[in-house]
Amino acid sequence: MPSSQPLLQMERIVKRFPGVKALAEARLSVGRGEVHALVGENGAGKSTLIKILTGVYQRDSGSITLDGRPVAFLSPQQAQAGGVSTIYQEVNLVPLRSVAENIFLGREPRRYGILLDRRRMQHESAALLAGMGLQIDVTLPLGAYPIAVQQMVAVARAISTRSQLVVMDEPTSSLDEREVARLFEVIRRLKADGVSVIFVSHRFDELYTICDRVTIMRDGHTIDERPMAQLSRLELVSKMLGRELGALQRAHTTGFAAAERDAAELLVEGRSLRRGRALRDVSLSVRAGEIVGLGGLLGSGRTETARVLFGADKPEGGELLLDGKPARLRNPRAAVRVGIGFCSEDRKAEGIIPQLSVRENLTLAALPGLARLGVVSRERQQALVDRFIKRLGIRTTGPEQQIRELSGGNQQKVLLARWLCLNPRLLILDEPTRGIDVGARAEIQRLIDELAAAGLGVLMISSELEELTEGCDRVVVLRDGRSVAELPRAQLNEAALVAAIANAGRPPEEDANATP
Amino acid sequence: MLPRDGAASTKSRFATGAGLAALGRRYGALAALALLLLYNLLFTRNFLSTQTLYVNLTQVATIVIVAVGMTLVVATGGIDLSVGSLMAIAGALAPLIFLSQAPALSNPAIAIPLAFVLPVLVTAALGLFNGVLVTSYRIQPIIATLVLYIAGRGIAQVMTNGYLQSFKNPAFQSIGLGRPLGIPVQVILMLIVVAVAAWAVRSTVFGRYVLAVGGNEAAARLAGAPVSSVKRSVYVISGALAGIAGLIVIAINSASDANLVGQNMELDAIAAVAVGGTPLTGGRALVIGTLVGALIIQLIRFTLISNGVPYAAAQIINAAIILGAVYIQRP
Repeated sequence: MPSSQPLLQMERIVKRFPGVKALAEARLSVGRGEVHALVGENGAGKSTLIKILTGVYQRDSGSITLDGRPVAFLSPQQAQAGGVSTIYQEVNLVPLRSVAENIFLGREPRRYGILLDRRRMQHESAALLAGMGLQIDVTLPLGAYPIAVQQMVAVARAISTRSQLVVMDEPTSSLDEREVARLFEVIRRLKADGVSVIFVSHRFDELYTICDRVTIMRDGHTIDERPMAQLSRLELVSKMLGRELGALQRAHTTGFAAAERDAAELLVEGRSLRRGRALRDVSLSVRAGEIVGLGGLLGSGRTETARVLFGADKPEGGELLLDGKPARLRNPRAAVRVGIGFCSEDRKAEGIIPQLSVRENLTLAALPGLARLGVVSRERQQALVDRFIKRLGIRTTGPEQQIRELSGGNQQKVLLARWLCLNPRLLILDEPTRGIDVGARAEIQRLIDELAAAGLGVLMISSELEELTEGCDRVVVLRDGRSVAELPRAQLNEAALVAAIANAGRPPEEDANATP
Repeated sequence: MLPRDGAASTKSRFATGAGLAALGRRYGALAALALLLLYNLLFTRNFLSTQTLYVNLTQVATIVIVAVGMTLVVATGGIDLSVGSLMAIAGALAPLIFLSQAPALSNPAIAIPLAFVLPVLVTAALGLFNGVLVTSYRIQPIIATLVLYIAGRGIAQVMTNGYLQSFKNPAFQSIGLGRPLGIPVQVILMLIVVAVAAWAVRSTVFGRYVLAVGGNEAAARLAGAPVSSVKRSVYVISGALAGIAGLIVIAINSASDANLVGQNMELDAIAAVAVGGTPLTGGRALVIGTLVGALIIQLIRFTLISNGVPYAAAQIINAAIILGAVYIQRP
């Protein structure tokens, strides 16, 4: 704890949503002029905590003190007036209005009380941005500038509102290296002016570069708070994932049998796949009959890898080989045709068609095969659906039930069946058991196991360490968009995996200045 | 959608709970239609005559034909504002063909079929233009189709130099005036269009893709559905159906006025789709509902006018009843 009173003190924050306790016992303390990292995996509660601070949500209990006074902001506007500004990853300003207008939005300088003092607005905006090292025409619409500049404008707006605390929620996710360096320059200036910053990012290099202290959250609790320099990457990752160093390997907790499988011919291979900042250099391969895990933290490039392998996004570099031959997948349709299936991690947004029935959802990918001259054979469709409902034990009132009425686990089974009924050769599963109850989870894991034994190649992305260590034949570990390690079965245990996720394969020059 | 076999009917017993709300929504429109019919039976003189029936059906046919295409577009989450203007283009083009002095077109055996086919191909191609704007250029459907809504009528006027084309051509006009077995041709066309579309939505791969694309585009794409070509297709279908409707209108009128053909048709069609219970957010396509919706709108108009309500007042009451019907069926 710094000797002076901290600027922000959030204590024992509790927030419940219907059915879930998003924050159980969260605390956050930010000193004056401090850049404070807030880290945690998906569902840890970071964004809920930030939204409570900035007035988007109201807390159920707990206390917030800002600058010595208790506060309870009812809206982001109030928070801003109270000295807390937020900069989101997607800039939430008005793209069609000028830069100057955006900076002064809602508190425009006036003449005679009614006329907009445009000249003063432009003059002050330009001066403000120049102070951040940015020389741009402030009369142009904000949308004309790249995201990085828009973010700078958002920061300028925060400064001009005399914010004491600026919250940056993944501000670097759409920036390139040069732009990140510029943002860091601005953060250092803020710091020098005594402004505090809460910095949310999944990029460890950035955290260690810019942050003074770090708060680690997991499952709605604040796990630890420390000076950044006193925490090694390995410790940081084990705390985020909830694995204490040196802890014993936990007992068998998944539905995977961990049996030996004979991997056969190579199905797919990616060599140095690149796409934007998220995917910088990923190499991996999957053979028929094996489960390959894809490990790494949020934002490490796992989903991006999956999407490239499925043809949903085009790689900007590297090579993709199918059956050992160079191939190009123009779109998911092409991938489906060569026998690849993909279950997205976001069932609701990218998986189910909510208004359609279980039958329609299950057979969506199989429709062309169930049809003659474009007319779907209802009998064959029905037979297929009945078979898979039985085979996967999908609990539904019947094939005509709307899929949105099913539980998460049963929706996931329908989506798995959507691919299985095509007899795919490779199935890419992105977090196949996320948000699914324990029973259904084990069933799905057993099913994946059986399918691999029957010759299906599986690429499984998972944040659950047990799923990777118990379920996979090999695990490829990604960090910051690069495949940094590959753990074969013999070396696959939680300690090795956590170590690989945290700091495997870092280039030597980075090792030199990292903490031991 | 009635179960067709024993297996399906045992299943549908389980689905009653989920289906009840949907059925209720559909019965809302049917009930409104029944009420209108009842009112007319009681209060409108000579309502129960073939004459009245045909007047109403011939008037509603073009709305229904266009609205079926609109239903498909709406089911993908889009909208097509250009249909009225496309009708005008088809209506302007057809007389140019069969009235043409060009030697190649002097033979009616060539000119008449061409006068049917070419305008529809042209409006289908313009529908493709709409679809390409929506898919390849990612322009919002309401703006993309606004382009032809504005330009289309202009194109039709340029084609005819702004003159009214009047004609008397029984062979061509059979599409609006013919009565095989005593039934107006356009009513038969309307029933065919409705039946084919309703069947296609339910039983073809294309129909299922339309609903999947409208229900969740990202999921449909990841499931391998050809999202862009499905979207382009619905605009092509909508354009072609608008072309057919345009031909019917000019055949009935024995004249083509680029200014008037299909005027406000996009609004009638959208209203029919909405009253029929198809949500404008996409993901569902109630083709039969659209037919019912168009009949409701037609009957309201007929009822008001045949009971001496002035047209202007009738429009206001019409709008109020549409609002009511949509409100009852809100999800």
